[in-house]
Amino acid sequence: MTVSTEVDQPRWDKRLRGSRLTQRKREAIWAYVLVSPWIIGFLAFTLGPMLASLGLSFFETDMLAAKFVGIENYRRLFSTDVTISLFWTALFNTAYYVSLSIPLTMGAGFCIALLLNQNISGQSSYRVIYYLPAVIPGIAVSLLWMWLFHPEFGIINWLLSLVGIAGPRWLFDRRTAKLALVIMSVWGAGGNMLIFLAGLQGIPTQLYEAVTIDGAGAWRRFIHITLPMITPTMLFLLVTNVIGSFQVFTSAYVMTQGGPANSTLMYVLYLYNVAFRQYRMGFASALAWVFFIIIMMLTILIFRSSSAWVYYETEIGGRRS
Amino acid sequence: MTGALDTLRTLRQSKEWTRRVQVVVIHGVLLIGAVIVLIPFLWMLSTSLKPPHQIRKFPPVWIPKPFVWSNYVRAVTIFPVPLWVFVHNSLLMSLFITIGTLMSNTIVAFAFARLRFPGSRILFLVVLSTMMLPGQVTMIPLFILFNKLGWIGTYKPLIVPAFFADAYDIFLMRQFYATIPQELDDAARIDGCGVLGLFFRIMLPLSKPALGIMAIFAFSWSWNYFLGPLIYLNRMETFPLAIALSYLRATYRVLWSELMVVSFIAMLPPLILFFIAQRSYIQGIVITGVKG
Repeated sequence: MTVSTEVDQPRWDKRLRGSRLTQRKREAIWAYVLVSPWIIGFLAFTLGPMLASLGLSFFETDMLAAKFVGIENYRRLFSTDVTISLFWTALFNTAYYVSLSIPLTMGAGFCIALLLNQNISGQSSYRVIYYLPAVIPGIAVSLLWMWLFHPEFGIINWLLSLVGIAGPRWLFDRRTAKLALVIMSVWGAGGNMLIFLAGLQGIPTQLYEAVTIDGAGAWRRFIHITLPMITPTMLFLLVTNVIGSFQVFTSAYVMTQGGPANSTLMYVLYLYNVAFRQYRMGFASALAWVFFIIIMMLTILIFRSSSAWVYYETEIGGRRS
Repeated sequence: MTGALDTLRTLRQSKEWTRRVQVVVIHGVLLIGAVIVLIPFLWMLSTSLKPPHQIRKFPPVWIPKPFVWSNYVRAVTIFPVPLWVFVHNSLLMSLFITIGTLMSNTIVAFAFARLRFPGSRILFLVVLSTMMLPGQVTMIPLFILFNKLGWIGTYKPLIVPAFFADAYDIFLMRQFYATIPQELDDAARIDGCGVLGLFFRIMLPLSKPALGIMAIFAFSWSWNYFLGPLIYLNRMETFPLAIALSYLRATYRVLWSELMVVSFIAMLPPLILFFIAQRSYIQGIVITGVKG
């Protein structure tokens, strides 16, 4: 639209064209002024520090001095000797947590959203209740679940005892501690539910009507309409969930401090310990950059794979808002 | 003839009946889920009101007998510093972060949404790509920088960056500005409205709902903020409530009643905000996909 007005601009009116140009220039100058807080912030708080941490990762630092060590930090980081680096332990724990937590939280969120999308009365009340856990501070959630997981007096083991199961020692057992953190994360699946619900409500009803006329039952409607139409939402949630849950910190920091026997030492907790307990900023920077690259590669991988499973509705008329 | 009508009627009735069964089943499942979500909250309230000997009881007691309201009084004085100091710190921090977020993002997003300038598309792509950046990669140099500036132990490292806009809120605001009809801009420009006039007279007054959403998010987010204050603050009297809570867990032997009381107090402000403004809250989540 704007392009066409430019073309139609009468060439002969030099005065008008001149004033228009300066007006456009003035607008651009104003735009840069208004965007400048973000640009300054980006340079000072994002790009600058990013490059600085890359540089820092080639130094060995303690409280007093920094010494250039080349790629030594990275070499040590990937060492399988746990007295040198807990990178593999932390990566394993985090991957374990992420690969259980994401399918469970997304699955739970999707199922609840499907149920809520069935024209149910009281939809908004359910929405509020299911979203509650996501609103409250992570520290309060963690303390609450420490109490729920208490081996002797917690209600989770009480509930298990009702069905005749002797509950495990949860956070105090290296075999179950990670699982406990996963279970807690599923309790906060409300965010996924809300976004899935919005996605479901965006599917044009004509599509359902069309296949119903063709004689499709509920199952076939789900397989042929709901599932393909929700894949863009799934892609979005998968990416944000991967980035988010890789950064799990508060629960591990508060509930277990990484224990028992480093079984809940999550990547960011390890990074925090190295940087702010041992003050090894160089090694911690190397950890941060490896972390960044892992997340970036996963994100790219998910986007690359998306052409195989995400359905883009370009050929269908009904555009979603 | 009548036979056919009858079968039609029974068919319709049976269809209605299956729909009714379906609704009951769905409500049943949703209710069970809702109970699972709510039980921890009830358990927390129950624990917070229990006398000491009922806390360590198995099977658990659900309704405290008697209700020990004095737990709440005791919890308030459990720290070496009175609890209201932490509440005050949290409020002040959240307030300043909210102000900074509102001021910076409304302006930056306006430029991206309404003004034409060379490089705007590339810049906006950079904005979006920072959403995917894990904060850990900038954490350490930022700490060193703020340390050099002498800001450690103060709220400056937490508040100042909020005044420089962030990707989520720029995106949220831009999406909202995009819903305001372009004709308004054109009309304002013809009437001789400059860029600033356009922003202050047209866009800002029309985007009150979005400002509300952004304020609610910024406030709840900073109230719940944990890692930042943990790194930058070091004296107890400067702690926000979240950090004070973790200190309570780490230092004292675990006093579950008091811990539940303080946790409850800590979750009240975001809970109240959510209940008051749940419609805009949910709308905001749907727009940006921000969770928690």
